[in-house]
Amino acid sequence: MRRTLFAAAAAACLLLGAAPRPASAQTLRIGLREDPDILDPTLGGSYVGRIVFAGMCDKLFDYDTKLDIVPQLATSYEYKDPTHLILHLRPDVSFQDGEKFDAEAVKYTLTRDLTMKGSLRKGQIGAISAIDVIDPLTVELVLKSPDSPLLAQLAGRPGIMIAPGAAEKEGPKFGLHPVCAGPFSFVSRVAEQEITLQRFPGYWNAKAIHFDRVVYEPIVNSAVRLANLQAGTLDLVEYIVPTDVPAVKKDPKLKLAMSDSLGYEGITFNTNHGPMAKSPIGESADLRRAFELAIDRKALIQVVYDGLFTAIAQANPPISQFYVPSVQPRPRDIAAAKKLVAASGFKPPISVTMIVPNSPDLLQAAQVIQAMVQPAGFDLKIQAMEFASSLATAEGGDFQAYLIAWSGRADADGNTYSFLHSGFGFNYGAFSDPAINTLLEQARLTTDIAARRDIYAKMWIEERKEMPIIYLWALSNIVGMKRQLMGFEQVPDGIIRLQGMYMAN
Amino acid sequence: MSSAALAPSLPPSPPPSLPPGLHVPESPTRVALRRFLTHRSAMLGLALCLLFVAIAVAAPLISPVSPIATDWSAIRQPPSWAHWMGTDEIGRDELARVIFGARASLLAGVVSVVIAAAIGVPAGLAAGFARGRTDAILSRIVDAMLAIPFLVLAIALAAFLGPNLRNAMIAIGVTTAPIFMRVARGATMDVMTHDYIEAARAVGNPSWRIAVRHVMPNIFPPILVQGTLSIATSIIAEASLSFLGLGEQPPTPAWGSMLNAAQQFLTQAPWLAIFPGAAIFLTVLGFNLVGDGLRDALDPRGL
Amino acid sequence: MRGFLGSRLAQILPTLFLVSIIVFGLQQLMPGDPALVIAGDSAGDPQIVAQIRGELMLNRPIPVQYLHWLDNLLHGNLGYSWRLQEPVSELVAQKLPVTAQLSLMAFVFAVIIGVPMGILSAVKRNTAWDWLANSIGLFGLSIPTFWLGIVMILVVSVWLGWLPPSGYVPLAQNWVRSLATTVMPAFVLGNAIAAILMRHTRSAMLVALGQDYVRTARAKGLSEWVVVLRHALRNALIPVVTLGGLQLGTLLSGAVLTEQVFSVPGFGKLVVDAVFNRDYPVIQGVVLVTALLYVVLNLVTDLLYFLINPRMRAG
Repeated sequence: MRRTLFAAAAAACLLLGAAPRPASAQTLRIGLREDPDILDPTLGGSYVGRIVFAGMCDKLFDYDTKLDIVPQLATSYEYKDPTHLILHLRPDVSFQDGEKFDAEAVKYTLTRDLTMKGSLRKGQIGAISAIDVIDPLTVELVLKSPDSPLLAQLAGRPGIMIAPGAAEKEGPKFGLHPVCAGPFSFVSRVAEQEITLQRFPGYWNAKAIHFDRVVYEPIVNSAVRLANLQAGTLDLVEYIVPTDVPAVKKDPKLKLAMSDSLGYEGITFNTNHGPMAKSPIGESADLRRAFELAIDRKALIQVVYDGLFTAIAQANPPISQFYVPSVQPRPRDIAAAKKLVAASGFKPPISVTMIVPNSPDLLQAAQVIQAMVQPAGFDLKIQAMEFASSLATAEGGDFQAYLIAWSGRADADGNTYSFLHSGFGFNYGAFSDPAINTLLEQARLTTDIAARRDIYAKMWIEERKEMPIIYLWALSNIVGMKRQLMGFEQVPDGIIRLQGMYMAN
Repeated sequence: MSSAALAPSLPPSPPPSLPPGLHVPESPTRVALRRFLTHRSAMLGLALCLLFVAIAVAAPLISPVSPIATDWSAIRQPPSWAHWMGTDEIGRDELARVIFGARASLLAGVVSVVIAAAIGVPAGLAAGFARGRTDAILSRIVDAMLAIPFLVLAIALAAFLGPNLRNAMIAIGVTTAPIFMRVARGATMDVMTHDYIEAARAVGNPSWRIAVRHVMPNIFPPILVQGTLSIATSIIAEASLSFLGLGEQPPTPAWGSMLNAAQQFLTQAPWLAIFPGAAIFLTVLGFNLVGDGLRDALDPRGL
Repeated sequence: MRGFLGSRLAQILPTLFLVSIIVFGLQQLMPGDPALVIAGDSAGDPQIVAQIRGELMLNRPIPVQYLHWLDNLLHGNLGYSWRLQEPVSELVAQKLPVTAQLSLMAFVFAVIIGVPMGILSAVKRNTAWDWLANSIGLFGLSIPTFWLGIVMILVVSVWLGWLPPSGYVPLAQNWVRSLATTVMPAFVLGNAIAAILMRHTRSAMLVALGQDYVRTARAKGLSEWVVVLRHALRNALIPVVTLGGLQLGTLLSGAVLTEQVFSVPGFGKLVVDAVFNRDYPVIQGVVLVTALLYVVLNLVTDLLYFLINPRMRAG
């Protein structure tokens, strides 16, 4: 009798398609680096919010570990022509409240993104002019003009499908009780404390889910986050700071997953935004290039991040399909930097004030940069500000230089257009260069990746002449977890997917 | 913030102009001074304060190296003969930074208290002296300011003025002013009940003269005590603001911002948190001891 | 008495009104654009930012914004958090119990530590005990709370592994874990108050011990401890209790930094995060509620003081 039971259990295991599977009456506790904002995919604007969405909501498309776009709620797509995109939807999918997922739901969600008051998604899928339901499992998106980044957007927040009935009923409060078609449904949230999700039995890919509950806990202080992981109160921490890596490596109960991330850090100069642009560093490209030459990125990364980040000279990290290998940071060269300073016509010491958001690691990096550029003739002053002030100051053009990070997007457009094209929001210094504008616009028109990469290669050559932004380093995703936690697949966007994860006995 | 409770229980020292019949061998000021100088813990506190003041003033002379000289090949090194307190996150000598950090802390402590007293004492004097509507209005403002969490007020003010040491001092000074107002008001009201004020009035002295000549000297002792104790809390407040990134700007060292940076290396480099913290503790302890000693010396009842 | 109470009650409203104006004015003066914070990683689109500004009425004159807020307030509506879209009243109801628990525990710590030490140092005046108690008191007063918090996390949680380093579990959910998560922050928070209570207990005891009834009790041949505990302490405790009430009010604001260090999701963390995120409705709501609590606690304290100390009635 016992034997048959065992055999039956083994058979069940085989049936589920994996070897050591525990009884899954378990809770997975995940530590986040900060508290997410509202959990409405149309209104949310935070990075950590995307991590929680991944547990709750499926998107039309997703990324795999190589950053290729793969099907999720859409099974395939085809471009009838560059302005007509057909999406084929997955059959037999339902939302967590039982409502059926179909073409109407896609139309509802995308329309909501495009029209809702306060929507942060308008611009991201702004190329869509009409959404036509062909049949219950087929949607056609009509575009105003060709828009190659659109597919990537549908693998991001705009691609998150929400239950139309629930969304209609809740209106702007939908984010307080979101209903999606993902593996876990929303249970409760106590702001700044925890977000609890529970397994959605009707999930279309239910066999990939091996936890009953997921709890997300925001813990801002990195040392405290690590202490919780070490104490066992957390199972996984989505971000371990580089300097804590040795501690995790040393701990026999823990393990690490590391990959390059899409995010980067850089210095944006004010070249053209109001009176503050009238500074030597704002007016002279020579000085900006000298500034770059005085920075030893490798040493900087070694000191501040234990060498775990990657030196870059472009916005797209090495892991991206849009990375241009020929664009490399030049090694530190003080003599050349001094020559450029002399050529600029400005007399050293050149005073530069840099705004730095007051997180400890950035202040540390800024002070290292301060020491590095000094021999080249720069007198760098650091102005630490809390983040919200720094954003507003930069947006108002009230700065000379700004040390600021970007969480990064898989599609190159999301890392470049709004930063370097004139007239866009993240282009704090109001940098404007017709050649760069044209190249960025061109890159949007073709869907061929190799062709786009070539356009970006030309664009970077232009960018490095003027150097409105000095790209410093690409960040890394550093996930810490319990040793028994299995099946974690690391996607470079840093978002934690729960599919396939389980706790070994 | 024990000050609110402190005010009503502190009687003024006897007025300097004593009625003629009473013969006192020593002036009250000298009595207080003698009491203070023989107060052992107060002397210990004074020694601590003077030590840190000396460190702050003579920082360039006693510091082994520059507090901003970086050495990237030697980051986060534990205490050693070369670096008595180890090195910080970008390889600067921690001892040098603790020594120079005394400047920001002491400056913040003293200047914010001066600002607080400059705003609070005249307001309290006016409220206690004039009473009536003036008192009601000033007291409501003070109530309102004290009802807002101190740090929230200070953070908002510091963020508004822009983060640097000067503005942190203003923020702390303004948020501490209500305490001085309360102490000055309470002491003034107490003084006003004394006969010599009546006497001064009867002789025909104008109000301002009574306020300046008779009230001011007599509310001085509690304000001095409060001032010393407030230096202690202001040093902690400056450290708290620096800790939140709203104080002295890098690379200039401040104990609070050093602690803020140290927080992320708590496990790997605990000494980075321990030394600046200990420096804050000892300085604040010094001022608290002096404050206590002053109170004992100035208040015959020995609270 | 009734007149005193009436006049004090009449002061509450103007005080709160002033608080609201100060807070509203200050947050408007703070640099930083709430619309940029809310837009988050979509702030690259200037149209979106402009639209959010319009929806939040950020482009209206400040007095108009204030009156709008006041109007809502008078209708019992504290508004919505811009960041979370949750009603501020709900956030307050969620977070207040956390800080209340923390403050009460801190207060208990303060009493347990401060009062016996105060008694001891008064009874054993000018001995090593007095000196020791005073030193501990000064230690508590001089140590920066955030540093004590950091060191305690390091020692108790990281090195010894005795207590969880952060977080919060509601009392109703699991009281053991709830106490485990709050005991360290409560200790840190109560530490400074303990020092203050100790000092006041000491001085009140010294006064009480010098009173006639104590001398009488001593003369009757009662043992010293009976004299101390029965006669002196009872009288000394009255001002101590009143002071305690006042300190309870300051605990609320003291919680701000402690909660930040221990990641306790309470009132203090809510308001500091709201300041950093420029979530104006939350700042206004939380500060107003804190101020109300503070004012009420002060009123109660004053009433007690008034009842005990008739000398004050004249003033």
